[in-house]
Amino acid sequence: VTETIERAVNYGLLLFFSVLALAPIVGVVLTAFHGPDALVSGFAVPDPFTVESFRVAWTDGAFGSSLVTSAVITLTTVAFSTVFSVLTGYAFGTMRFRGATLLFYVFLFGLLMPFEATVIPLYFDFRRLGLTDTVWGVILPSTALSIAFGTFWMRAFFRSAPRSLIEAARIDGASSLGVLLRVLVPYGRPAILTMVVLVFMWTWNDFLLSLVMLSGQNILTAPLSLAFFQSQRTTDIQLLAAASIIVAFPVLVVYVFLQRHFIRGMVSGSLKG
Amino acid sequence: MADVAAAPASFEAADRRHRGDVRPPGEPRRIGYLYVLPGLLIYAAFVLVPFGHTFWISFHEWDGITPSRWVGLDNYRRVFTDPQVRETFSHALVLIGFYALLPLILGLVLAALLSRMRVRGISGFRAVLFLPQVVALVAVGVVWRWILAPDGPLNEGLRAIGLGSLARPWLGDFTWALPAVGFVGTWVTFGLTMVLLVAGVQKIPTSLYDAARVDGAGPMREFFVVTLPGLRNEIVVCLVLTTTTALRSFDLVYVMTGGGPGTSTSVPSYRLYTAAFQTGEAGLGAAIGIVLAVAIFVIAFGITRLGERGSR
Repeated sequence: VTETIERAVNYGLLLFFSVLALAPIVGVVLTAFHGPDALVSGFAVPDPFTVESFRVAWTDGAFGSSLVTSAVITLTTVAFSTVFSVLTGYAFGTMRFRGATLLFYVFLFGLLMPFEATVIPLYFDFRRLGLTDTVWGVILPSTALSIAFGTFWMRAFFRSAPRSLIEAARIDGASSLGVLLRVLVPYGRPAILTMVVLVFMWTWNDFLLSLVMLSGQNILTAPLSLAFFQSQRTTDIQLLAAASIIVAFPVLVVYVFLQRHFIRGMVSGSLKG
Repeated sequence: MADVAAAPASFEAADRRHRGDVRPPGEPRRIGYLYVLPGLLIYAAFVLVPFGHTFWISFHEWDGITPSRWVGLDNYRRVFTDPQVRETFSHALVLIGFYALLPLILGLVLAALLSRMRVRGISGFRAVLFLPQVVALVAVGVVWRWILAPDGPLNEGLRAIGLGSLARPWLGDFTWALPAVGFVGTWVTFGLTMVLLVAGVQKIPTSLYDAARVDGAGPMREFFVVTLPGLRNEIVVCLVLTTTTALRSFDLVYVMTGGGPGTSTSVPSYRLYTAAFQTGEAGLGAAIGIVLAVAIFVIAFGITRLGERGSR
């Protein structure tokens, strides 16, 4: 009997913490489906349900264009960093060359280094080069920092790939690039997808870099326009709720479908040892 | 890119454990340089060089426009003596308590309770608990600013249950603003630590618990002798991830309080941002950036070291 009680208490706790994690999110969703002029108090169920707040927020906050900007920045960063990380990871994971260890440590440095330590000169240099207020002002630094993680991640994967795979392909006369493209990349699709998903999330959610690089006169990323929208409409809580959902939505959708990759990337990848 | 630097830190700890592997490192191939080159060029141009440049700027007085002036260590002196800069680092320490220690304790308690139990539906709980991690911090900040507002749901809830005397403008209060921001950080990270620690505890063989019980260990002793050592790696990963997040908290502060009221919630990265881009003190900002980076490195390596030493 005590065991049943213990189980009940434990599930109760898990449930409690899950509710704690979910409550603010549910509250926001409920609020966002109120009309823009409704009086909202607490986490009330909207009556009637309406998407009017989403419509108003979308046009007033110009989220259409900032979502496009964010998509361009994020997809370009993901594409570049994936290609370059697969290449560097392949070299560090399967080849031996002078200075490889040292070079790898140089990349590791970027794993812990915060944007805070590079963003000041990046801004002033980019301004001189005319790269501020362009998507490239965000893409280039994001790609570079993502390569640090990607190199680390792909190296770990290539080291764990069975050597027999590589040797078999080589006996068939494949070049080193052939081995990579025809054998290892198809074999490593799950590992690559995990990396893609993480870089996607980090780049989409980034705030500091785009805040520094984009003044807002030209282009804005989605999180940036949310911050600006908040400062204009501090009290229109339905609109802010709707805008928050609009900005968080793309990552949430990916999370729903590729949830295991998110969790694996951030959790079990670190526990394989 | 809130977590680019934070998350991978954990993999480093994991990789370290791999290093003992006997896997042959591969055949010698000069072509390796060719594969590394494109990535290295971009990484060097937009990470390494700017980092060096930050270091250089930190020894200057510079407003970003007119020529800079060499001032030696003056900016660093300011970081450590100017109360308005120094306090940002003490705020960061407070945030570490909320972002890292509190979630760690919550996670450990839950892990201890679930240590002998196979949890059904764990993947469902995991998906939900992990959710706050994937929402853009800016959106998190906007939402919590509303929840904590003078007429927000939290205060309304307190009034509804007769605790109206506790209601206050959380983010406008000199005493409560920093803990309030910290609590939002707890909300963001607690699911991650719970997922990590509960997953870890499920991997500890039950035989260890049985052995402890045969030796007459009570629940407390069981926790310290079996659970805690068994979770050492997970604890290291949790702490590295969450303390680095705490040290870099910029988004939440920018959106929720703008460093206020007064400077009561100003954190290093926020001070760095205002110094470099609003008040024309690029040198001071650069020095804060360097100190922050060094602090992150020292703390991350320190935690990893402690974890390793505990294993012997």
